[in-house]
Order: sequence, then C-alpha cells, then structure tokens
Amino acid sequence: MRKIGADIFVDALVKEGVEYIFGIPGAVIIPLFDKLLDSPVKLVLTRHEQGAGHAADGYARASGKVGVCIATSGPGATNLVTAIATANFDSVPIVAITGQVRTPLIGNDAFQEADMTGITRTITKHNFLVKDVCDLPRVLKEAFHIARTGRPGPVLVDLPMDVSLGQCDLDYPDTVNLPGYKPNYKGNDRQIKLAAEAINASKRPVLYVGGGVIISESATEVFELATKASIPVTTTLLGLGAFPETHPLALKMLGMHGTAYANYAVTESDLVIAVGARFDDRVTGRLDAFAPEAKVIHIDIDPTSISKNIRVDIPVVGDAKGSLQALLPLVRQATHPEWLEKIDNWKKQHPLVYKPCGLKPQYVVEQIYEATKGEAVITTEVGQNQMWAAQWFKYSRPRQFISSGGLGTMGFGLPAAIGAQFARPDAVVFDIAGDGSIQMNIQELATAVKYKLPVNIAILNNGFLGMVRQWQELFYRKRYSGTILGDANPDFVKVAEAYGADGIRVTTRDEVRPAIERAIASPRPVILDFAVESEENVFPMVPAGEAINKMMGGMA
Amino acid sequence: MKHVISVTVENKPGVLAHISSLFAARGYGIDSLAVGETEDPATSRMTIVTHGDDQIIEQITKQLRKLISTLKVQDLGETEYIERDLVLVKVNVASGKRGEILEIAQIFRGNIVDVGLKDLVVELSGHESKILAFIELLKPYGIKELVRTGSIAMARGAK
Repeated sequence: MRKIGADIFVDALVKEGVEYIFGIPGAVIIPLFDKLLDSPVKLVLTRHEQGAGHAADGYARASGKVGVCIATSGPGATNLVTAIATANFDSVPIVAITGQVRTPLIGNDAFQEADMTGITRTITKHNFLVKDVCDLPRVLKEAFHIARTGRPGPVLVDLPMDVSLGQCDLDYPDTVNLPGYKPNYKGNDRQIKLAAEAINASKRPVLYVGGGVIISESATEVFELATKASIPVTTTLLGLGAFPETHPLALKMLGMHGTAYANYAVTESDLVIAVGARFDDRVTGRLDAFAPEAKVIHIDIDPTSISKNIRVDIPVVGDAKGSLQALLPLVRQATHPEWLEKIDNWKKQHPLVYKPCGLKPQYVVEQIYEATKGEAVITTEVGQNQMWAAQWFKYSRPRQFISSGGLGTMGFGLPAAIGAQFARPDAVVFDIAGDGSIQMNIQELATAVKYKLPVNIAILNNGFLGMVRQWQELFYRKRYSGTILGDANPDFVKVAEAYGADGIRVTTRDEVRPAIERAIASPRPVILDFAVESEENVFPMVPAGEAINKMMGGMA
Repeated sequence: MKHVISVTVENKPGVLAHISSLFAARGYGIDSLAVGETEDPATSRMTIVTHGDDQIIEQITKQLRKLISTLKVQDLGETEYIERDLVLVKVNVASGKRGEILEIAQIFRGNIVDVGLKDLVVELSGHESKILAFIELLKPYGIKELVRTGSIAMARGAK
C-alpha cells in the first residue's frame, strides 16, 4: 500500500518526537485524524480550537519542545488565529496544521474555505500552503526546524484535503535546506570583549533579563554572571523564573507593574546588561527617561530587537547561552557594596504591599506559593490576576511561569495549564484567573476532565474586568463602562460540578489555605472561586507614557 | 530620505505578498516595487524604493532579512548603483504638434511604440530624473495615460 499525505504527516510527527497533538477534527482534516488513531501520537481533543492552540503553546513553554495543534479549514482554522498571534508575540515554538479545501477549489469561495496563509502572514514566523503531496515531507521538516530554531515562533502549514489523500513515496528528509534562514548563534568576539570591559568598569550595573534567557536555557550562566560580579537582576514578565527571586540580588519584575526597587535600580544604573529581552513599552515607560545614565549592552538572537526602541551601545547578536559563556571568563570578580546597599534600602522603604484586611487577591497568590513551597507551575489569564501572580509568587525556576505577555490574551491560562500539565504530569499546576478571563475558554474544563488532568483554577473573583476597571477608577473618574461582570457571573462551583470537576467556594481569609490544600490533593480538576475584594488595585503602577521611576500608589 | 533596497527572494508564490504585508503591517512606505526572475530561475529580485530616517531604514532591512524567503538584502544607498525606470506615455497629438512631440522623444532617445489619429505612445527608460523631466515636457500637450514600472537597480562594480 502506497503512502498518502496523511501517512507522511503522522510519520513526520513521530520523527519529530511529538507526543501530543491538540485539536478538533472537521470535514477536510478527517484523513489526518484517521491516521492518528493508529499512531503513537496522542490526540488531545479540546472544545475550541483556540483552546487547542493555547494548550500547544502552554505545552511548549513548559517543556521547551515544539507544541503541535490541528484544526479543520475555515472557521476551525480562523479560531486558531488568536492562539497563533499569542505564540508569535512571545516567541513560542508551535506548528499549527490547518486543513484546507481541495486545491482546485482554492480561491473559489468554497465551503469552509479561509485564506490562512494570507490571514496569518504577519503573525507567523513562516507559513506554507502545500499544493503537491511530494512537497509535504520537506515542508513539515522545514516547519519544525523554523519553529524551534533561532528566535522560535509559530509556523502554520495549510494542507488541502486532496494533498493529504494524494500518494507519494518520499521519505522524511534528514536535513533542511533553507538558504534564506541562517540565524546567527555565535556572538562576535570583539563585541563580547567590549561588553566585558564595560561590566568591569561599571559601578552600578543591572542585569535586565527576559524570556530569551528561558528559551536559550541560560539561567545558569546568568546566575554565574550575577553572583561573580555582584550584579542585581531584574526580569521581565516572560523572564520570571530565570533568576531565583529568593536570592538577595533579585529585584523581581520591572516596568509598569514591577517593583519600585527594580525601577529605581534601572533608572539610576550606569550599565544595563540586557539578555534575551526586547525593551518593550511595558518595561521602558517613557523612552527618553529610561536608564538615562546607563550604557546599554544587549545580547539577543534577533537583530531586529536591537536598537529598535532605545539606542544600544554594545550589541551582541547571538545565542544568549553561548554568548554568556564566552563573556564569563572575561568578567572580573567584583563587589559593589555601596550600590547593593542603596538597593537594599529601596527594598526596605518600598516593598510590595497591600492592606491585609478581608479576602485580598494578593493573599491568595501568597498562599498558593506557600502551599506549593514555591514549586508549582503557574499559568495566568490577563489583567490584574496576571500582575498579582507575577508580584506575589516568588519564582525560582525557568518554565515555571507561563503567561501571555506580548499579546495579553484573556482566556490563555486554562488551556495553557492543560498543555503545561501534559508537559509536566507530576507538577502541581495552578491557573491564576479572573472572573472575566476564565469565561473566555471555560469550555476547556471538559478537556481537563476528559484527560483527568488535576489542574487547579484559582479565580480571583471580584465581579469586574479588573484591570480595565482600575484604569477607569484612576483616570476616568470611576466611570465603569463595560466592566461590570458580577451581575451576571455564573456560580463557578456549579459550573465546575456540571463539567464533572470539583468546585470550592472561598469567602473568608481563613478558608483560603485549607481550600488550596484540598485542591492540590484532589485528582480531578478543581475550580477555586475566591470572592476577593472587588475594587483592589495593582500597585505600584507606572502610568502610560511616564518614566518608570514615577510610580503611583502602593508605597509603604 | 529616499532609499533603494534590492532584495533577492525565493521565486515562490506568496513571497511578494509576504514582503508587502511586512511593509503594510509595520507602517513602512513603498514608493515603488518592481520584481522579476533573475539569472537563477529559483530566485527573483525585488527593487523597493522606500523612504525614512536611518533608524527606520535599519529596521526595514533587518526585518526583510528576518523573512525566511529572503536570501539577500542590500541597501543600495551605501554603494554606487545603476537605477532605471521604464515609462509608457500616451500623449495627445493635436494637428501640427506631432512633430514637436517626436522631437522631444528623439532628444530623450525614447521610442514611439503606438501611433493613432489623436494620440501616440512613447516608451522611455532611464534614471528617475530623466523620466520625470520627460513627463514634465510632455504635460503641456496633454498626457492621456501613463504607466511606470518603478525603479529597478543594481550595484556597480564587482560584488
């Protein structure tokens, strides 16, 4: 029996070491689903393609492997768009396979036809429309290669039905030939030498570490550099866990909702060493006031990120791990007692604070940290829940914190937690959510129940679209337009039970810790509905367009 | 500032769309774009005329290099280069004026490629400045229709 496209597809997944494929079938993609039944690759059936995309994303972030999702043509494929854009913004390696109508019908407004290569052109690292089944082995090989190498990103492969049924005997190739794609991994020696000299000469250095450190698996090298030369470390949202937050040199997150001491340290530094970060506007605040006295070293694999927003003095284009390894022997051991003492004083004068009365969302996050001894894998939704999760849990390992940073996609957390649990079956996984966000992909509770994943969903239920409400309170005289959810929220405990999951309601502070412990102990997915203080705000806050050392609120 | 960027790309469907999507999505301007096959049928060469300050041009060239389908990106502003544009101009021919128009075409070394009772079509190629001058001179006679290819360019010397 000759091979057909669908065989080639499954063969590729097996050769690429894919364990799980997340998706939903439909008319034009049945041939692939049929072959999946007999393969070692496990299908995870979700309840919305967006859930499948986010699950593949969460799986990839938690494991470091390529996440794979699959959808049928037309609406199935367009439902993946938000998930693909989310992965694109945060440089997550996923391969999205979308069915397509038969090749003669393409461009003819066929049933369930969508121009996916056109629609996803600016939100994928690359995409393919396969018109000849004998191109399929090469295309799949290239897709996985492009997704996982250089600066990772989502790759879409659009597969017409007749191609998946077409015959071809070609084997899966061993090598790729992509003359237009040659990422530069090795940092320039001269630049690295200049960087070392700048570090050795600095008096008030700061390490600014982003998601790129986690992608390149260079947390060890960052730790060595920081401790060897006594350099305090601040991380971006996506860099949380790249440096242990319990270490005295840790400044925690910087930027719009970062700690005051991180923002002060960057503003008063004389050298910013950026590794795997991209000077995003949430971090820099007003550009002309960002680190005004500092020289900037920028180590990054993507040349387009360097000198895009701020002028970089010493660019090093290359893989962070290799570049840091080359840098370390040239950096002298150093202490900066005055600088560290100054930072310590800022930490004492401006710690993260909240008023501990009633049921506060910050307290819930702290208790999740304590109950899991800081070892849980945390996914988040977006908004206030996301910021409190970033602030009040002390992250110590890479791939521990999984959150939609660049796109900020509500509804990401639950499906991402599902993907993360598949990647880390023995870990305790918590999705920290808001009552608004959780409803955007609540249907994925069915997926968690079907595959018996003990994910824990902690809803910080304040009855509002919290972050937007906060802006309306601070800048729009509390005119809560379109942010009131509490008048029509469901009983989340009943929703959980309706799906066959556990539901626990918490209304007082004393109930918080026992509820968390019960959730961790349960083998089923659990929704914890925490009725938190309704108008609590996230502080500190850098107002949009302000310098990052001009924060509002939350100061002790 | 005007910049001419020469991009060598894979000769595959969708590549042109990819590059124009990149410009559109990031808000870069395209003054003109010309593309065609090269000496190697697997590749095409695209000449893009754009404008912007140094930082924007740096971002444009970096973003173009990042695309998987682009093989080589050259900002021609940094070297000596040859630039040509081709135009077809359909110009009104009132009685008695045909001779003047033919003279202008001859001076510019253009070719007459179509002749009618009321109009004629002149073909001219050359540097943008020559094209613009030619068009200015023909305007008083009444230009009925005009189509340009946009610039194509090539670096001078050995490369």
